[in-house]
Amino acid sequence: MSMRTLPLVFINLGGEMLYILDQRLQTQNTADDNTQKGVWSDDDRKRVMNDIIATMFSKAFMEELLKPQDLYSNRALRTVLTRLAHASIMRLNPASMDRLYELMVMAFKYQLLLCPRPRDLLIISYNHIDAIREFVRDTPSVLNQVDETHRKIIEVYTPLSDGEFQLLRQTLLIFLQDMHVRVSLFLKDKVQNPNGRFALSTTGPVPHGTEVPGLIRMFSGNGKEWKRWEFPTGGSYTSSIRVGSFERFGDRVSRIGTNMYSVTQPEETHTSKNYSQKANSEPNPLAKEELNLLARLLGGMKVQNRNTETGFRVNLFATDQEEEEAGASGANGDQSFQVINIQATQDVQVNTELARIAGEFTGEPEQTESPEGPSNKGDDLLAMMDEL
Amino acid sequence: MASNMYHKEKSIQMKSSASALYNNLSVLRIAPRSLTYFTVVHANMVNMVSASWDGLNYSHRQLQSKEANVATSSSLIMQAAWCVLPSRDILVLTSQKGIQMYESDGSIMVYWHALDTPETQTAQAVFARGIAAVREKYICVGISSGSMLVFDVPIKGSNITLSEVLEEHKESITDLASECSGSLECIADMVSADDSGNLCVWKSGEDFQLLNKIPGFDMSCSSVKLWKGTVVAGYGTGQIRLYEAVTGIVHAEVNAHARWIYSLDIAPFSGLLLSAAEDSLVRVWHLTMTPETNSVEIVHMYNECVTDTQICGAKFCDGDGYAFAVTGYDLSEIIRYTQV
Repeated sequence: MSMRTLPLVFINLGGEMLYILDQRLQTQNTADDNTQKGVWSDDDRKRVMNDIIATMFSKAFMEELLKPQDLYSNRALRTVLTRLAHASIMRLNPASMDRLYELMVMAFKYQLLLCPRPRDLLIISYNHIDAIREFVRDTPSVLNQVDETHRKIIEVYTPLSDGEFQLLRQTLLIFLQDMHVRVSLFLKDKVQNPNGRFALSTTGPVPHGTEVPGLIRMFSGNGKEWKRWEFPTGGSYTSSIRVGSFERFGDRVSRIGTNMYSVTQPEETHTSKNYSQKANSEPNPLAKEELNLLARLLGGMKVQNRNTETGFRVNLFATDQEEEEAGASGANGDQSFQVINIQATQDVQVNTELARIAGEFTGEPEQTESPEGPSNKGDDLLAMMDEL
Repeated sequence: MASNMYHKEKSIQMKSSASALYNNLSVLRIAPRSLTYFTVVHANMVNMVSASWDGLNYSHRQLQSKEANVATSSSLIMQAAWCVLPSRDILVLTSQKGIQMYESDGSIMVYWHALDTPETQTAQAVFARGIAAVREKYICVGISSGSMLVFDVPIKGSNITLSEVLEEHKESITDLASECSGSLECIADMVSADDSGNLCVWKSGEDFQLLNKIPGFDMSCSSVKLWKGTVVAGYGTGQIRLYEAVTGIVHAEVNAHARWIYSLDIAPFSGLLLSAAEDSLVRVWHLTMTPETNSVEIVHMYNECVTDTQICGAKFCDGDGYAFAVTGYDLSEIIRYTQV
């Protein structure tokens, strides 16, 4: 279907990833636990954000994405996003990456569904870019990359018709089909139902270009209106509000795509699955063609050699004890809210990491990282903020 | 408006959910066997359910899009629809790779037409979309380039041939519809719609003849019907417009929905019109023709809100509009309603 999905996919999914990471990493600073050995400082956090953004908005990466092509398979997208998340000193283990991916994807799915007009997908993307710009405002070189990319996106997407945007949106919706992971933030705000489906409103302003439903007009042969009457609509709509800015700067008007997470609400990144749903299985390995594409894409990403640095292990979402408890109850198909822990660990062997990703190319099942020995768990323990 | 015109029946469960595609439901009523077939597209697959009228028997079949497993080239299906011809019913699947045609129950593929794909990847997506059976012997299919393929279908067998390529539209075809009133007096046989809202009205034959071109207003027309010489068109703005096919004169304009319209259907014997959109609403209207004044009147009859669902398909299950069925994005059921 649409050949133009990838840039918007990465900007929006990547943007959500950055929101989550930013919130989680800030949470580390407010930890009360005095057993922390290391401190995840503001500088460290900014460094992670900068590194990821620099990689995502690098010329090579964006150029590759902007080539007309089909949307990647789920597996390929996961691989690239995982690599992006690891563009810096922070490391997430596969389970953590799973949870992060779920959060990102569900947020994007929600944004797509709520999008008033297909073209407003650009507003959502620009909201993400605006926030990303803020993250790197102190780093001129990266800021410049973001600006350049934004310019390019505007250039490429502005000429598309509404029909083409709808095709793009439909392509993305097919990709996100059947994902119903519950996110506590969404459940709390009642935008998601307990069954994982999003609440769609039948009230509010109509999209720009649409009239408020309810009017029937009849015309005679010469084009003159000769009768008009109203019908009951079953909803409660108001006129459209003004259109947001599609330029590099400006009031976007819509809040869709802005940062939903804040430092004061750390529990909102909990997710829980309906375990009775069948897993999204992709039996076919990546084909050579896609493999080459990916290789070019990943080749454009700078590899951070962290062999010489001391590890920065971050528990993004829970204490180790809670993690063990959660791990124990997870297999029982317990559908109550669990603390899903994202364990971020140092990966001293970048080569192992790359080999694992390379293994995914050939369709091997994802290898879990070698389990941490008890001694590792005790090191560099940064406390979690989550209460439950 | 009769608020209790229809009531909800037991839904039909599908093997997988419906994709967000225009006109994503096709219904075929097989009276001699007291059965109704429903087809719904899910990504690169089509769910086919046959339901007995007594509500006791359901059987499922899933059809794959051809060449779905070649490398990673996914072949997403854009639409699946029944084409009812005098001697046979053909199920047509249109995808990114081409057009598949199946005999009646989906068990035998009788024809495959591959789309021309460009040597180098262009930004323009390639796919087929828009399906209509026209008069006695044609099946027309639209293409993303704006072209339309006319296939000549014999009374039986697989000797289906490409008869003509119609090049009139410049934007991707969204939907096709043939005159459904059964009347032989109507001059226009088919209407085609595209992504810029342009409508073309055709007369079928050895060479299809363009009767009229109704200009759009830069908004995609996602669903179109043709009944008693009247074009009913649904747009991305949520508006429905009624035109006289041959002249292009606008009969009526309805601010029908708050979001993109995804499906229209007409019950030819009663003149009931069904519209469904991303705004979760299905609406039933009634069309009346007044030949003396050459006007068409549209009256609102009924609303049904399918909570938290972006509807992608809605069709009447019979020619009178006694029952209709609805599909929604991410829903694994076909929701049914019948008149009270």
